[in-house]
Amino acid sequence: MEVGRLPISASQRGKLISAGYTTLSSLSSLSPSDLALGAQTAWDMLHEDEMFPRITTSCLDLDNVLGGGINCKEVTEIGGVPGIGKTQLGIQLAVNVQIPVDYGGLGAKAIYIDTEGSFMVERVLQIAEACIEDMTECNGLLRKDFQAGQLKMHPNNILENIFYFRVCSYTEQIALTNYLDKFISEHKDVKVVIVDSVTFHFRQDFDDMALRTRLLSGIALKLMKLAKEHGLAVVLLNQVTTKYIEGSFQLTLALGDSWSHSCTNRVILYWNGNERYAYIDKSPSLRSASAPYSVTSKGIRNSASNCKRIRMM
Amino acid sequence: MANKLIREIGLPKSIANIFAARNIVTAKDALSLTEFELMELLDVGWAEVTSAVAHISAIVCPPYQSALSLMEQRVQNEHLAGHLPTRLKGLDEALCGGIPFGVLTELVGPAGIGKTQFCLKLSLLASLPSSYGGLDGHVIYIDVESKFSSRRLIEIGAKSFPEIFLTKGMAQKMSGRILVWRPASLSEFTERLQQIKVSLHRNEVKLLVIDSMAALVSGEYEQGIPRQHPLGWHVSFIKSLAEFSRIPIVVTNQVRSQSRDEACQFSFQVQRWKETKEDQARYGSHLVAALGVHWAHAVTIRLVLEAKSGQRFLKVSKSPISPPLAFPFDITASGMSLLSDDGIDLTGPDINAIRSQGHSDIINFTGESLQ
Repeated sequence: MEVGRLPISASQRGKLISAGYTTLSSLSSLSPSDLALGAQTAWDMLHEDEMFPRITTSCLDLDNVLGGGINCKEVTEIGGVPGIGKTQLGIQLAVNVQIPVDYGGLGAKAIYIDTEGSFMVERVLQIAEACIEDMTECNGLLRKDFQAGQLKMHPNNILENIFYFRVCSYTEQIALTNYLDKFISEHKDVKVVIVDSVTFHFRQDFDDMALRTRLLSGIALKLMKLAKEHGLAVVLLNQVTTKYIEGSFQLTLALGDSWSHSCTNRVILYWNGNERYAYIDKSPSLRSASAPYSVTSKGIRNSASNCKRIRMM
Repeated sequence: MANKLIREIGLPKSIANIFAARNIVTAKDALSLTEFELMELLDVGWAEVTSAVAHISAIVCPPYQSALSLMEQRVQNEHLAGHLPTRLKGLDEALCGGIPFGVLTELVGPAGIGKTQFCLKLSLLASLPSSYGGLDGHVIYIDVESKFSSRRLIEIGAKSFPEIFLTKGMAQKMSGRILVWRPASLSEFTERLQQIKVSLHRNEVKLLVIDSMAALVSGEYEQGIPRQHPLGWHVSFIKSLAEFSRIPIVVTNQVRSQSRDEACQFSFQVQRWKETKEDQARYGSHLVAALGVHWAHAVTIRLVLEAKSGQRFLKVSKSPISPPLAFPFDITASGMSLLSDDGIDLTGPDINAIRSQGHSDIINFTGESLQ
């Protein structure tokens, strides 16, 4: 197998082989544009982007810096210190993806992959109830004719549409990532996959760090493929660690430098004085900006402070 | 599930034999290699490898359930809706009923603030009969620093539940349900943990207390920034223990001084570095929880006990089900008691700060760090 001996990176080799090119002879007769088969023109992509709605976070400022919400078809990584609200945001998205199309949502279902056991059903119920309350209020304010369809959702309906997986080791995490394609083909209305957190099982004393990097990049690739093929949003929650940069210890997201390249979008949640902020650290289409948000009994909501504004970096 | 044997998975004979020949025995071995590496190792084609991996993944993959069925299982069928009431009204309300089952709850605070007292009370509460709001079960109390005092336990019991404890034989019965064990080292603890898993079901254990986790590790490595996570395996194991047996696990943690270079900001926040350090000095908080940030992520609920201007506070610092709240408390003959059931809302640095001002054990009125 000659492609195996080419002096290119492991992930590039993987991509060539998965496309079926295993020997040098199969490659030699191709031109670059042939290899890019399966690519789209930028124009087509722009049209497609407009067709795919985004998932709201229930916080207007946060939605704005995200370009309207969490993008379907992409992998978004969200990281932050303990207690900042990562799981809260994950649960909020699992609920918000179910907002009916009539109310500006996707009317879809969610997959919640829990690697840490932090999914507390009581909280999911609270957030689901608050979401329905908000929608009913909106119903009352904006819609004059009740015949257009009164909201018949019950919090239990929302809980029913969240598929919960509990993963206990990195092997199970890899197995589940492999299995998701089949699962989603059987449940086509899933539009968001949340992994809370992608880090936990990979921080337990991995002796071979190179193996960890390979496994993580394998997972990232598969999730990106999943997002693209099924048109759903993949949200990966990450933890923090400390790193020595420029003469001092700083916080940074866990899993290392190679991982930081793997996800399409990266959002960091942090404390700024007394407020929680979200910072768009990396994104191909959004500019770096921070937005304040708050965690309330209803879930993620706008920040309560009066002088809230989006800070451009 | 990770250790499921390949030969039991039901792969087609030909490929199963190749796996065996190359010494890939468990699912973990197979899935720890990328598909490309498997192709090279097994010398088979891409299609065969992907189909074998898909088959293995489908078997090893954990089952799913809807959040609704999860709720029905836990909240509706479990004793007291899956919580151990602490009898501290404000705290129980904040925690939707009490210390939740199936997750790790951490108690962190400076020495002498009341962590062990709280643990003693919880052990008692778990052993009480259900008619008195207890879990009617056994308790395993892992006492690393030999702080467990049976005399104090009985005193708390007698003062808090005189009707039960003054009944003949009840004190003995209740305290007979609490098993205290003192591990001599981390390795002994590790070994014993695995045995505990087995005995959990047999002995009807309803609560596990580890007092304290930090003490287990403190002798084991040098000071400074810890490299790896010496408790990495333990954290995972204890969490899975909690979940599968659906019991509450309470762990206490110590505090340590924050070192000068301690990380507290991201690289894009650099401009406020100096000011943050000054703020911290002003807040009088130079203490942080021991065991590092990995541990802080791993615990589900973190209760901080601190002393601010001589008054002790119990803070719900990290909790997926409650807002950050602080309750003033005192330690009395009957254990811990809250001075007010209306929590004080906390924001920003207040949530995670651990202070010991005016606390008799550590004298530090001016906020200067002691060398």
